[in-house]
Amino acid sequence: MSAKRAERLVNLVFALLGTRQFVTAERIRVTVPGYEPADGTERADEAFKRMFERDKSDLRELGVPLETGRTSMFDPDEGYRIARSAYELPEITLTGDEAAAVGLALRLWQSAQLGGAAQGALVKLRAAGVDVDAALPLQPRLDAGEPAFDACYTAARDRRLLTFTYTRPDEDAGARRRVQPWGVVSWHGRWYLVGHDLDRGATRVFRLSRVTGTPRASGPPGAFTPPPDVDLAAVVARQVGRPEHVVVLTARPGTAVGLRRRATALGTDAAGDDRLEIRTTEPWALADEVAAHGPDVLVESPPELRAAVVERLTRLAGTR
Amino acid sequence: MSAPTTDRMTRLLALVPYLEARPGGVRLADAARDFGISEGQLQKDLELLWVCGLPGHGPGDLVDLSFEGDRVRVTDTAGLARPLRLATDEAVALVVALRALLDLPGLAETDAVSRALVKVSAAAGEPVDLAGAVSVSIDAREQVLAVVRRALETGRALHLHYYVPSRDERTERTVHPMRLLLVEGHWYLEAWCRRVEGTRLFRLDRIDDLTVLDEAAAPPEQARPRDLDDGLYQPGEDQPLVRLRLDRSARWVADYYPVEQSVPVEDPPGGLVVDVRTADPGWARRLVASLGGAAQVEDPPELAEEIAAAARAALARYTA
Repeated sequence: MSAKRAERLVNLVFALLGTRQFVTAERIRVTVPGYEPADGTERADEAFKRMFERDKSDLRELGVPLETGRTSMFDPDEGYRIARSAYELPEITLTGDEAAAVGLALRLWQSAQLGGAAQGALVKLRAAGVDVDAALPLQPRLDAGEPAFDACYTAARDRRLLTFTYTRPDEDAGARRRVQPWGVVSWHGRWYLVGHDLDRGATRVFRLSRVTGTPRASGPPGAFTPPPDVDLAAVVARQVGRPEHVVVLTARPGTAVGLRRRATALGTDAAGDDRLEIRTTEPWALADEVAAHGPDVLVESPPELRAAVVERLTRLAGTR
Repeated sequence: MSAPTTDRMTRLLALVPYLEARPGGVRLADAARDFGISEGQLQKDLELLWVCGLPGHGPGDLVDLSFEGDRVRVTDTAGLARPLRLATDEAVALVVALRALLDLPGLAETDAVSRALVKVSAAAGEPVDLAGAVSVSIDAREQVLAVVRRALETGRALHLHYYVPSRDERTERTVHPMRLLLVEGHWYLEAWCRRVEGTRLFRLDRIDDLTVLDEAAAPPEQARPRDLDDGLYQPGEDQPLVRLRLDRSARWVADYYPVEQSVPVEDPPGGLVVDVRTADPGWARRLVASLGGAAQVEDPPELAEEIAAAARAALARYTA
């Protein structure tokens, strides 16, 4: 942005904040420095109009509450002003530990999706006199680089219909989905979109990394209302998470260090192997892990998991 | 507006209130750091603001700054005493991050986070209702988190047992903490490890028996934090290659680990042949065995035979 344009926009904010009366565009043109002055030509008037329209839209994009209204009872002309109460951040005083919590929280977005917005919030809080300090070397950060995030978040925020191509890992080609997006969720380090799938007529969870191309929002904002008090993380947990299974393994003494870390020891069996109980919500991942231990670790129960491991071992033993 | 334009306008409108909130003046270097810009950029911003103000631009209408040595303070705000309200995305970024912190009691004082959340929500106003559009559930409540944080706060070395999954072994170490990171859903302690004389990342859920030592943390000069933008796994170029033929269901391996070469193949349908570099043959053996037949080792052949032999030995135990 040119310094001239920045200067003009800042001056416009000063001028409109400093007035209780609505000020006409013509008056702004004369009093705020940087606008194309009137010289009687249509060209100059057009240039001013374009410039002023653009400035208004820029201020609104920044969140400046620009009001329009009649300049006086007797004057039909529209004017502009900024109501101080709507513009100013309300008083906020944070104690040292509260400010530290805010500083730490905002670091979650560092180099992630809402990083720019987090930086804006930080700047404003500091301008409100809050000393948001970042002393401890803590760097929590959310997974950046999820290209579909912006489009999904914006559509969920504005409550607009979202269309995108979604490719499940076991499919080669993607399918078109039409969704009322309720929100995006970072769950266990991965981003998901939760919403109502219009074609399937049901709640669906989508992994953002499996969205191909840029999702497209269509239709008017406020087109739907998510269910009240919907807990997005809980929806993802229900779809992605699974029930718990109790598994008993036998491991040769001194082996399976990693499995033992999360197991309850149940003593030894007749062969002198250690019996271990493990609770898991991901039995197939456990089967993979047990198979990788070869002859050192066997499944005692349940039979389905025992069969799953034998199946894996049979494939691994194959003559290839 | 482009993102840099938005950033600069947000900053220009925040600078005067920022100085107003600090009547004693601020060192230029501190102000630049608080806004995340260079001192040169800050100078430019202040020069621009100095010629801004209310229409008329007479005495008392303009922003007035006073420079004393390396400090600056504002003597006339021209009516811009408070920062602009939080924009919707800024309020969302802040509230969502604080809610995420509430779930991580080891990282910040829950009480302080709750208080900050109440105050910030009140100051943010309505946009907080839209914070439902994003949700962050980190769910990594490692008990060791609080202990690591205490060591960082007090500058102490740590003694710990660390589980190394690629070798399935438990190691004992004394480490000098440098920083705490959350990457892709997992917490890591980055520390100077005395045993290996190098900087290492320790995943918190693999740490056991953690104690804070009386010894001060003193990572040596050469200890540098790693740049994690290229991912957690950064194999050296001199490490041997392993060539794998992946089934469709195991294609995720190519996304998860840095592969040197990735060629789609017809056999198996939708398959992929990849080259992975690793210094640790045990890691490759465990990876392939845990894939339960969905990946074949093409090279080196000894590795393929080793995996098959282990599976045969395991099967013999199941049928015994």
